[in-house]
Parts: sequence; C-alpha cells; structure tokens
Amino acid sequence: MQTYYHSVTLDKEKCMGCTNCIKRCPTEAIRVRDGKAHIIAERCIDCGECIRVCPYHAKVAVTDPLTSINRFKYKIALPAPSLYGQFKKLASIEKVLQGLLALGFDYVFEVARGAEFATEFIKYRMKDQHLERPIISSACPAIVRLIQVRFPELIPNLIDVESPMEIAAQMAKNEFSKKYGVDKKDIGAFFITPCAAKMTSIRNPIGIYKSSVDGAISILDIYGPLSTVMGNGSLSNGQEFLQKATAVGVGWAKSGGEGRSLDIDNYLAVDGIINVIKVLEEIENGKLYDLDFFEGLACIGGCLGGPLVFENNFVAQNRLKKLIAKMEPHELISSDEIEQAINQCEWKWNKEILPKPVMKLDDDIFSAIKKMEELERIYADLPGLDCGSCGAHSCRTLAEDIVRGHASELDCIIKFREKVRILAQEMIELSDHIPTGKERKPNDKEEKDENKRNYQKYTR
Amino acid sequence: MTESANNEDLVMVQTYEIEAGNFTLAGEAASNIKKLLRQLGIDAKIVRKVSIAAYEAELNMVIHSLGGIMRLEITPKEIVLKARDDGPGIEDIELAMQEGYSTATELARELGFGAGMGLPNIKRCSDKLHLQSKLGQGTYLEARFFL
Repeated sequence: MQTYYHSVTLDKEKCMGCTNCIKRCPTEAIRVRDGKAHIIAERCIDCGECIRVCPYHAKVAVTDPLTSINRFKYKIALPAPSLYGQFKKLASIEKVLQGLLALGFDYVFEVARGAEFATEFIKYRMKDQHLERPIISSACPAIVRLIQVRFPELIPNLIDVESPMEIAAQMAKNEFSKKYGVDKKDIGAFFITPCAAKMTSIRNPIGIYKSSVDGAISILDIYGPLSTVMGNGSLSNGQEFLQKATAVGVGWAKSGGEGRSLDIDNYLAVDGIINVIKVLEEIENGKLYDLDFFEGLACIGGCLGGPLVFENNFVAQNRLKKLIAKMEPHELISSDEIEQAINQCEWKWNKEILPKPVMKLDDDIFSAIKKMEELERIYADLPGLDCGSCGAHSCRTLAEDIVRGHASELDCIIKFREKVRILAQEMIELSDHIPTGKERKPNDKEEKDENKRNYQKYTR
Repeated sequence: MTESANNEDLVMVQTYEIEAGNFTLAGEAASNIKKLLRQLGIDAKIVRKVSIAAYEAELNMVIHSLGGIMRLEITPKEIVLKARDDGPGIEDIELAMQEGYSTATELARELGFGAGMGLPNIKRCSDKLHLQSKLGQGTYLEARFFL
C-alpha cells in the first residue's frame, strides 16, 4: 500500500466532534470517532469542502511558509490567476507581480501564461478523434481524484495534459536558467495557491512521476505581506515587464475559463463539487455523449472560490472581470512558439491514472456479496435518520462501516436508546420479582395505577 | 425462450420495481445497481456498461410501459439484467432497435427523453441481448454482460 500525502488535515485541539464535515464530504472520507474527526486517507481528495464548513476551523490545509523559498538559491513565484482578484482597486496585474519580487522572489512566471500554453496543448490533443468523448478537463486536481474514487469508469475521458501550474513551472525554470545561465537544480518554483488540492498534487502528483513545482504558498498566507509591499509604492521598476498573460489565461481562474479558451461551442462548465458529481453521473450514464468537453471545478466560482483565498468569492469574481475587461490585447502565443513548446515541454501525462476502488467491500467477489447482503440487512434495521451522531455520513455509511468491522450497531444513538429502554424494561420486570423472604410494599401497585390514570386524564 | 442463470451459480439477485410515468424516481434503480456493482468490486468498464443499459431499460419502462420489474442477477461468469413490463409492447422490434426511432410522448420529449437511443444503447453495451414483446401485453428484455 502506498502512503498517502494530504494537505487537508485536522487540528485535533480545535475539533469538537460535530457532524458538519462528515455530512459535507463528497467521498464520505470523514468519521467522528472518540469525539474527534478522522480523515480516511485513501478516500480524501483534498477538495477542501470540510475546511470551508468547519465552524471551529479545525480543518486546515498544510502549505509551505513563505520562508521555505530560502531553501533555494534562486526563487521563482508562480502566481495563480485567482491571486489577482484579491486586491481592492488594483491598478494593474503588474503591480502584484512586482510585489512578489519585493517579497524575495527572483522571477515571476504567471500560471495564467501556463494556462495559455495548456490551452494550446489541449487543442492539439483534442484533434485525436479516438479520445473518449466528452473529454473531461484535468485542471482541477480535486475533480481528477473524485473521478478516481467515485467515477473510475470516466478515467479514459480525462484529458492527458498537465496542469497550467506544472507547465508554468517547467517553462519558468527553462527560461530562467537559460537567461541567467544557472543550474536548474538551484531554482525553486513556488505556486501561490488558492487551494489545498494543488498542494497535494505537488507532493503526490497525478499523471506524472515528479512535479516540477517545489512548494506551494497559500494566498491566505501571502496576502498580508504582499499587500504591505504593494502599498509601499517603492517597487523596483528596474525589472522587465513581467505580465505576459492575456485575458485568455487569466480567465482560467473563473468557472468556464478553460472551456471558453478552447474555441469550441460544445463545452459544458460546472462549478461546485456537488454539481459536478451530478453532471459526472449523467456522463457516466451515457447521456452527454454528444458533448465535446466538460470542465468541472470543485469550488463554486472556480479557483476564485478556493478554500485558501482571502477575498469573498463573488467580490473577487467581479474584480477579475473588470481587470480582464481592462487588459490590453497582448500578443497571443505565436504558432512557432506553440510548436516549440509542444516539442520541448513535457506537457503530456506519462503515468497511468488508476482507479481507487475504495468503495469496494472485498477483493473477493463472493465475500463482497456476503458483506453486501449483511450490509442491506443492517441498513434495513437502522432508523434512516442520517443524523450523523454515530460519526458516519449516513445510516448507509454506518452499515458499511459495521460490515467492514470498523463500527458497531450500538454506535447508532437510536439503537442505543432502544437497547437502554429494553434493559430498563427488564430491570422493572426484575424488580417485580422480589426475592422470597422480603416483604413487598403493599401500596406499590396502587400508586402506579393512580399515576397512569392521572397521565391519561392529562393527555386525553 | 428466456435463458435463466443456473441456480447453483446464482450468487446474488436484486429486484427493483419500476413505476410508470414517475420521472422523479427515473434512474434510481440504475443508480442503485451502479453503486452495488461498484461495492462488489466489479471491473469499472463493466459497471459502466451495465449501468448505462440499466438506465436506458429503466427509462424505457418509465416512459412507455405501465410499470414493471427489473431484476439483476450476478453469477461468477456474468451479470444478467432482466426487465419485464406490462404495457403496449413493441410493434416492430427491428425498427425500435434503429438509432433515432422513438415513439415517446410529448411529455417525455419535453423532459429531454425519447431521442431514440435507448435500445440501440443497450445493444451496444451488452454482450448479448434478447428482446421479446407481445402487442398489448408487454415487453421482456434480457441483457447479458460477461465477466
């Protein structure tokens, strides 16, 4: 068994053992045991839903601190386009990029620029008519992992092109090492991330063996220091103009940005993991066979709605919209540049994406069927309230856990009460059988009957 | 006539009642079948084929029939999906198997169904398809998927 790395983790001290996260987890990966939440590593897709919903802020995303960039001699910042939507009255994107230099980075390469190359690679790849349709975007790592866990049948539909982040990291390192004649080993590329899923993808990549990115700093962590240096106004303008991405690449921060960039009519963009699940089910049922491209993003509003952003999603959407409208039409990537990139960049996945059959009850089909029957029997006997008090997502999940040997029927609070009631009943019955040799109080029974009559009078 | 799985081999049977005209519940049986097969650890490709066929068969019953029963049989060698309904039956099976041919009602079409892809889809997904129908009585469908 491989070990799993996850960015999303639990701060045990803060966890109150409530049911908020277990109910919202799209892969039923959380259980409350002994009063604390536990994340089942095999199931977690790092979507960050639990981070958003936890009222006690006990779910946290582990990212790298800003100081970690000092591990490298040369440091490159790879800002996600969602970073641009965080600042009030931002005059130009260039200001954010210069701000990153002021924070200690030696170079900035926009992930939006990486997205523009990714767009070209996807267009190139989509010419292959043998690819399963609808082609599914692989830009959101939480959705790719969701497909591994819940929709393994759709793995062949995933587009085998690396994410804008990976493409940006490769190109940035190539550019920098060429320009300054330095060894690539001495260059560290750091993604400025709106989400935990990307952090996980750096440590535990999908579709490739090793990430070109060396770390991730959350937008939340960098927002403070960055806005301070941006406010100083003393940004070194001696540097070249850093902003190269166009509205096409910046648009990837929003839901539908990728689909729009591909110049095809027949695409569908859906945001919010619950909505994405519903549409993936339709695709799985073969209902959307006439669709060319499906873009699913785990966060509502796309990356701007990521769990690690500072600004309110909708406010940021609006700002980015205005920024994009103001953007001067830059020169798009030339066809020479595209061809060069296609030949030089490792943009295609080279590692197979495997299903993660975590829902499977047993490796042996006969045992699995036995367990299934047992599961149905247990489930039929549970109250069906889906209250979550047992620590599992629903009554069905509890039944599953019992069959797997991780829980017992008495974890159900209703079942437990029933058991207590039966026990109490038995104790009362036992109390009627006073051992011989002891005198029974004469008025016991009359008193009981009197109480019963009074009660009936009230309730009538 | 209908081939039935050898009883000794039969390891699991599930039945689902399908209500005619109920679009709220349409697709539920297929979705349960998918979940079940996945939990049993059946290969993803086969799960997809069975669930597409089950979905189309279920929808056919919801749209065209007066209701019926869908039955899923699992043996170590194959999965058999059986759907039996009461209803008008199919007048011309060969025509019904053609892509794009549909007799769906206005209501069903308004809901986006009735594209005439149901039976062709089932045929495409299954390894063996048997269809039998009697006008004015009902239809029996049996799709086999080899494991």
